[in-house]
Amino acid sequence: MNPAMTPVATPFFFYLLSGLAILGGLLVITRRNAVHSALALIVTLLAVAGLYLMLYAPFVAGVQIIVYAGGIMVLFLFVIMLVNLERTIRERQFNRIWPVGLVAGCALLALFLGVYAKGKSLFPEQARGLAEGNNTQQIGEMLYGNYMFAFEIASLLLLVAILGAVIMAKKRI
Amino acid sequence: MLNALMSYLGSNVTPGEANNQLWALIYVLIIFAGVSVAVVAMNWLERKALAHFQVRLGPMRVGPHGLLQPIADAVKLLLKEDIIPAEADKFVFWIAPLIGLLAAFTVYTVVPFGPSQAVSDMNIGILFMLGVSSLAVLGIVMAGWASNSHYPLIGALRSSAQMVSYEVAMGMAVVSAVLMTSLHGTGLYGASSLSDGTGTLSMIGIVQAQQEQQVWFLFKFFPLGLIAFVIFAIAMVAETNRAPFDLPEAESELTAGFHTEYSGLRWSLFMLAEYAAMIAVSSIAVTLWLGGWMRPFPHWLSGSVWDFIFSLFPGLTFLGLAAIAVRGTLRMPKHNYFRVQTIGLGAFALVLGGIGLLLLAIAIGARASSSEAIARAADSMNNIYWFMIKIAVFMYLFIWYRATWPRYRFDQLMKVGWKVMLPISLGVLIVTAIVGVIA
Repeated sequence: MNPAMTPVATPFFFYLLSGLAILGGLLVITRRNAVHSALALIVTLLAVAGLYLMLYAPFVAGVQIIVYAGGIMVLFLFVIMLVNLERTIRERQFNRIWPVGLVAGCALLALFLGVYAKGKSLFPEQARGLAEGNNTQQIGEMLYGNYMFAFEIASLLLLVAILGAVIMAKKRI
Repeated sequence: MLNALMSYLGSNVTPGEANNQLWALIYVLIIFAGVSVAVVAMNWLERKALAHFQVRLGPMRVGPHGLLQPIADAVKLLLKEDIIPAEADKFVFWIAPLIGLLAAFTVYTVVPFGPSQAVSDMNIGILFMLGVSSLAVLGIVMAGWASNSHYPLIGALRSSAQMVSYEVAMGMAVVSAVLMTSLHGTGLYGASSLSDGTGTLSMIGIVQAQQEQQVWFLFKFFPLGLIAFVIFAIAMVAETNRAPFDLPEAESELTAGFHTEYSGLRWSLFMLAEYAAMIAVSSIAVTLWLGGWMRPFPHWLSGSVWDFIFSLFPGLTFLGLAAIAVRGTLRMPKHNYFRVQTIGLGAFALVLGGIGLLLLAIAIGARASSSEAIARAADSMNNIYWFMIKIAVFMYLFIWYRATWPRYRFDQLMKVGWKVMLPISLGVLIVTAIVGVIA
């Protein structure tokens, strides 16, 4: 048996996961039924988690599944089920800000094309040999060491958002 | 082919680590079959135990003591008409049970039945288990919504609210156990410093940390580990929608909750997923707090003699089961009508006794001979046995809970989740960190 690990990051899986992500994304904006859109979004999020795994970032992939696919999307579905779906189905699917969308889409496309054209000079030739084994520790050291301040600010922001939501939702404080 | 098959046997790591796809596939198939059989056995045991709790006999007709009842049920469910309501969302209705089943079975990839008896050892093992099992709620929510009916929808809403609430407390309890893998402080009932102080999320690594520190995390920093374990043990009942937290399928108020509109095979897939998820969360609890595959007192009662004595347990367990079956056979009514059942139960006792004798032979053989293969077989047998026996305790607890406690009201459920469990689990996490740094 070959002791060396075969790389996980084969092109086949990359194309499979990217294709799934793009397909899911397209379904999210084209389905009329909001629940179907949410389910398609879950497919996209899981495919992106797979892409993280291919980048040797298992911790980020795990958190992606727990937080987005398992937590936030369940809350999304929860809310969508309480909404009157029949009315939303009868309404127009796209509103009238498509010129803005067009400009933004073109800008993003230009960015992608630019990166694609100059890709060789922008990125290193080889992927950095990041250790998969201590990925979690590295993230921990980054978050609670180098970027402690930014991390704490972000959590403070979230706390403020939670307080705001509670105050808005409660009739009597 | 044979070469590829044999290539793994001498190795000391999981198939995932050895990068041996063939053996990984074999492990997956073994685990799938094993879990399915366990679910069937659990089905029978639950009906029998519940019945005895309520001074009934439970299933008695199909096979001796109703032993063949689960098979009869399975056949019935397979043959039943598969109904999809006319107003249902067909695709979602169709895929919902599959998602629940997939989530319940995928987590077994990382369950460590022994130091090398797992499909793979991921370095995010526990995170993977929590993440994938949190996807199971999607199946329930989709089922409830796609049925396009009131009771299932209410069941699904309850389920999603309940699972999201209890996941938080569960996660905190798990984090405090993961924290313990990195804290080698002497504390109470813990060995002194051993490693460089980095923890691990890998399921096998967590058990090995308990082995190194010579303490089950249940007893580490007493009573902190115990409190975290109790929080987890409560949250895992809520996560699997079992009584007393079975509001999503509360039959007295919601008919059958989220699977009211399901029938036949699809319904049985939901049941399979529920029981598989119960075994999965129990295995998390066993791995994190109860020392995984380790036998009791591996350090206090160490030495080859104690090893040998404990390795007799698997065989003796099966012999004990065989003795119960023999007693049942002897107590069978001596009437012609019961002849087939008596013979069947006797044969069952013979099979159990044969397995017991085989396991005993392996244990004695490992001590008597110096053969490497037998020693490895005995090792695997012990690891898997102790892991399973710990899970079995939890499975019995699930039944016991169901027989004992009345169902929570929904507001009580939310109150317990957010106002009791979450603060306690947060407090335990913080105190564990403080104690770990000081001790």
